[in-house]
Amino acid sequence: MTAALAVDGLVVGYAGAPVVDGMTLEIAPGAVVALLGANGAGKTTVLRTLSGLLTPRAGRVLLDGDDLGAVSVEDRSRRGLAQVPEGRSVVAELTVEENLQLGALWRRPGRAERRAAVDEMYGMFEPLARRRASAGHQLSGGERQMLALARALISRPRVLLLDEPSLGLAPRVVAQLFAVLRAAADATGLTVLLAEQNVTSALSIADRGVVLGLGQVVADAPATDLAADPALRHAYLGF
Amino acid sequence: MTPTRIRTIVLRALLLTVLALAATFALDPFRNYQLAVVAATFCATAGLTLLVGLTGQLSVGHAVLMAAGGYGYALASAPAADAGLGGPARFALGMLGALVLSGAVGGLLGLAGARLRGPYLAGLTLALVIALPALATQVPGLGKDQGLSVPFEGVPAPLAGLMVVEQWHAWIAVLVAAVVVTPLVVLRSGRPGLRMRAVHGDEVAARLAGVSPARVKVGAFLVSSVAAGLGGAVLAVVTQNVGPGRYSLAFSLLLLVAVVVGGLGSIGGAAAGAALVVLLPWLVDTAVSGLPADVAQRLSGNLAVAVFGALLVAVTLAWPGGLAAATAGPRGRLARRLTRGPAPALPPPSDTRPDPQPITER
Amino acid sequence: MDRLVLLVSTGVARGLVVALFALSLVIIWRAARIVNFAQAAMAVVAVYVAFAVQQATGSYVLALLAALVTGALLGVAVERGLMRHVAGRTPLPGMIVAIGLVMVLQSTLGILVGPQHRPMTPVLSQSPLYVGTVPVLSRYDLFVLVVALVVVVGLGLLFNRTTLGLQLRASAVAPEVSRLLGVRVPRMVTVGWMLSCAVAALAVLLLVPTELGLNAHSGDVLFVHAFTVAVLGGLDSPAGALVGGLVVGVLVSLVTGYASAGLAPLAVLALLTVVLLVRPGGIFATREARTA
Repeated sequence: MTAALAVDGLVVGYAGAPVVDGMTLEIAPGAVVALLGANGAGKTTVLRTLSGLLTPRAGRVLLDGDDLGAVSVEDRSRRGLAQVPEGRSVVAELTVEENLQLGALWRRPGRAERRAAVDEMYGMFEPLARRRASAGHQLSGGERQMLALARALISRPRVLLLDEPSLGLAPRVVAQLFAVLRAAADATGLTVLLAEQNVTSALSIADRGVVLGLGQVVADAPATDLAADPALRHAYLGF
Repeated sequence: MTPTRIRTIVLRALLLTVLALAATFALDPFRNYQLAVVAATFCATAGLTLLVGLTGQLSVGHAVLMAAGGYGYALASAPAADAGLGGPARFALGMLGALVLSGAVGGLLGLAGARLRGPYLAGLTLALVIALPALATQVPGLGKDQGLSVPFEGVPAPLAGLMVVEQWHAWIAVLVAAVVVTPLVVLRSGRPGLRMRAVHGDEVAARLAGVSPARVKVGAFLVSSVAAGLGGAVLAVVTQNVGPGRYSLAFSLLLLVAVVVGGLGSIGGAAAGAALVVLLPWLVDTAVSGLPADVAQRLSGNLAVAVFGALLVAVTLAWPGGLAAATAGPRGRLARRLTRGPAPALPPPSDTRPDPQPITER
Repeated sequence: MDRLVLLVSTGVARGLVVALFALSLVIIWRAARIVNFAQAAMAVVAVYVAFAVQQATGSYVLALLAALVTGALLGVAVERGLMRHVAGRTPLPGMIVAIGLVMVLQSTLGILVGPQHRPMTPVLSQSPLYVGTVPVLSRYDLFVLVVALVVVVGLGLLFNRTTLGLQLRASAVAPEVSRLLGVRVPRMVTVGWMLSCAVAALAVLLLVPTELGLNAHSGDVLFVHAFTVAVLGGLDSPAGALVGGLVVGVLVSLVTGYASAGLAPLAVLALLTVVLLVRPGGIFATREARTA
C-alpha cells in the first residue's frame, strides 16, 4: 500500500548545520502519527518542509507516492495537504465565517457546496457557530485553535499536519480539540501527522509515535508502547 | 570607542583635508567652485547616509534641511554684516544661525519621525519639501522667490596674493566638511552607530537591551539635519544666495541617489555619491549643448534625472550595498550587510514576501 | 455665504478626485501592504496614452478605457518586473525603487513630450449649475461624483463580497497562512497592483481637465494630497479615503479662497503633521491586529 505521506532522506537547514539531517518516515493512509521531540528538535522544520514553505537541501517529500519536488505551497494545499501551523494562524482581521470560507475556497468549489461545508463545520464546532460574525482577534485562544482546525478540516484534506495545536491551551480544551480531531480522522480516513510537545495528549489519540532528536528519527513505535515504556520515555521524552 | 580609534580617524581626516586643500591649487576657478559644491553636498549626504543606512529612516526632504541651514546663515550673518562685523566673526555667527535653524527643523522632524513607520515618515518629508516654496513665499522676511542674499566672503588679506575667491570658497567648504563629517565617522564607528543599527534591526530587542529607539532615531535625525544645514550654509556662502528654487524635491532626490549609489551607511560612499550628483548633471549639460536647441532643452535636466533614477533602481535591486560594497573589503561587506536588514532565522523560505508590519509603534 | 457654498462645492468636487486617488493607495495597501510612491507617475503615463487615444479617435469613452487598461498593465509590469525582485525585509528598498521609478518615468516623459502643459477638454461642461442664484457643482463635477461613487461601491463589493476580495484581503494580512490554504498569494498581489493603478489612472484622468493641462508632473501635488488623505483616513479604510478626500478637498478650497493659493500646501502639511502626531495610524484606522 502506498504511504499517504512519506519523506526520504530529508535534509533541511544550513550547510554544515542542518536542522533536519537525514529523516526517513512513512505514514500509512488513515494513520494518526504523533511527531515528538524536544524544543528545537526540528518538528516545525519538518512540517514546514512538508508543506513547501522550506526547500530541503536533499531528500524527497512524497504525497500518495508522488514526489512533491517543485510543487508550490498553494498547489500542495490544493492537492489535499493541509496544515494547521504553529501559533498565530487564524487570520485575525477576518471573521470566523470568512476564515472558514477561505479554507473551503479551493477544495469545495461552488457557492452552494461551500455553504454546506461551512454549515457542516458549525455543526461540528458549536462555539464557532455562535461566533460566526466575530473577527479572529476577538476569539479566545481555544476558539481560535478550534477555528484553525475547522478551517483545515473544511477542505476535506487527505493529509493533515498540525504544529503544536495544544500550545497555550487549557487541558480541558486540549482534550476536546484532540477528541474532535480523532473523531474526524476516524470518520473520513484522514491521515494525521501531529507535532506536539504535549506528549501525553498526543499519544492518547495517536496510533504511532515518532521521536525526533538532533534532526533524525530516534524512536518509532506504536503509541501505546511509547507511553508505557519508561526507558523510551526517559531517553527521548525526558520523563 | 578607544582613544586610538578616534585618533586614527582624526588623523586620517586631517590627511585627507590637507590633500584636498593642496589640490585646490591645481584646479581652475570653475573646478574649485564645483569642489566647493561637492564638499557642501558631502556634508548633507554623509548625514543622510547614516540616517537612512543605519536607522532605516527614509527622508526625501533633506533639501529642506540644507535650505534651513542656508536661510539660518543668511538671517544670522546679514545683521552681523550690517553691524560691521569682520569676516570670521560674521562667518561664525552665520554658521551658528545655520546650526540653530536646521537643528530646530530637524529636531521637530525627528520627533515626528520617531513615532512613524517608514512610508509615513517619507510621506511627511515629501509634503514638507513640496511645501517649501510656499513657506518661503508666505513667511515674511524670507525673501520670497528670489530668496535672501548672503554676505560676500572675500579672500582674507594674508592669502590675497595666493588665491582667487573660488579657491578660497573651496577651502571654506573643505574645512567645514572636515569638521562636520569627522564626528560623523566617529559616531558611526562607535557605540552610537551600534545603537542605531540595533534600533533598525529590531526595535523590541533594542529596547530590551536598554536602548531607547525613540531617542536614537531623534538623535540620528538631529545629527543628520545639522550636518545638512551646515552644508547648506556653505552652499549659501559659495553661491552668495539662498532661495527656494535650489532646494526642490528634485534636489532632495539627488541627495538620496548619492547615498544609495554610494552605499547606505558608508561615509566614503557618501563622498563618491556627492561628487556623482554634482558632476553628472554638469557633464550631461556640456554634452548636449552641441545639439539643436529644443532637443538640448528637453535633455538637459531630464537626462541626468533619468540616469539617476535608473541607477537608484539598479543599485537597490542588484547591488544593495552600492559603490561601497562593490569595492570588496570589510567596509564594503559591512555596507552590504547594513542594507540587507535583519537576517532571516532559517534558510530563506520559498515564500519571500515579508510579514505584514504594523503601521506604527505604540 | 454664496462664496462659501461655491468654495465648499468646488472643494467637494476636487476632493472626490483626491479621494479616488487615495482609494488606489488603500487598495494597494490592502493587497500588498506597501505605499507605492510611484503611483502618480505611473498614472500620468497612463493618462498620456489616454490623451493620445482621445486625439486619435475623438472618443472620451475609448480614452477612459485606455487609461484603465494602461494603468492596469503598468501595475502588472512594475510589480512583476521590479517590485517582486526587491530583497530585504523592511519597506525601505521598495520605497527607494519606487522613487527611482518616478525619476525615470517623469524625466523620460519630459524628454519625449516636452515641458508643455497639454490642455484636456472636459467631457462635460465645467460651468456651475445654479440652485436659485447660488452656483454649486458643474455637470463635470457631477460626472466625477458619479464615477467616484461607482468605483467606491464597486470596490467595496469586490473586497467584501467576492471570493477574489476575500483572497486579496487574506493575502495581504496573512500571506503564509493564505498560501497554506491554497491561495496564490503572488497572483493576488499582482491583481491588487492592477486594480490600484487602474483606479489611480482614472483619478488623474478626471483631474487633468480641471487643471492647466497634462504634464509630466501633473501627479505630484495629487500624490501628496492623496497620501495625506490616506493617512487621515487610515490606509486600510476605503470609507476613510472617501471622507478624508472630501475633508482635504474642502480644506484646500477654503484656504485658497479665503487666504491664498500659496498657503494651500502649508495647510495640507499642517494637517498631515497634526494627524500623524496625534494618530499615527490614521483617524479611521482599524486596529492593526496580527494573525492570532
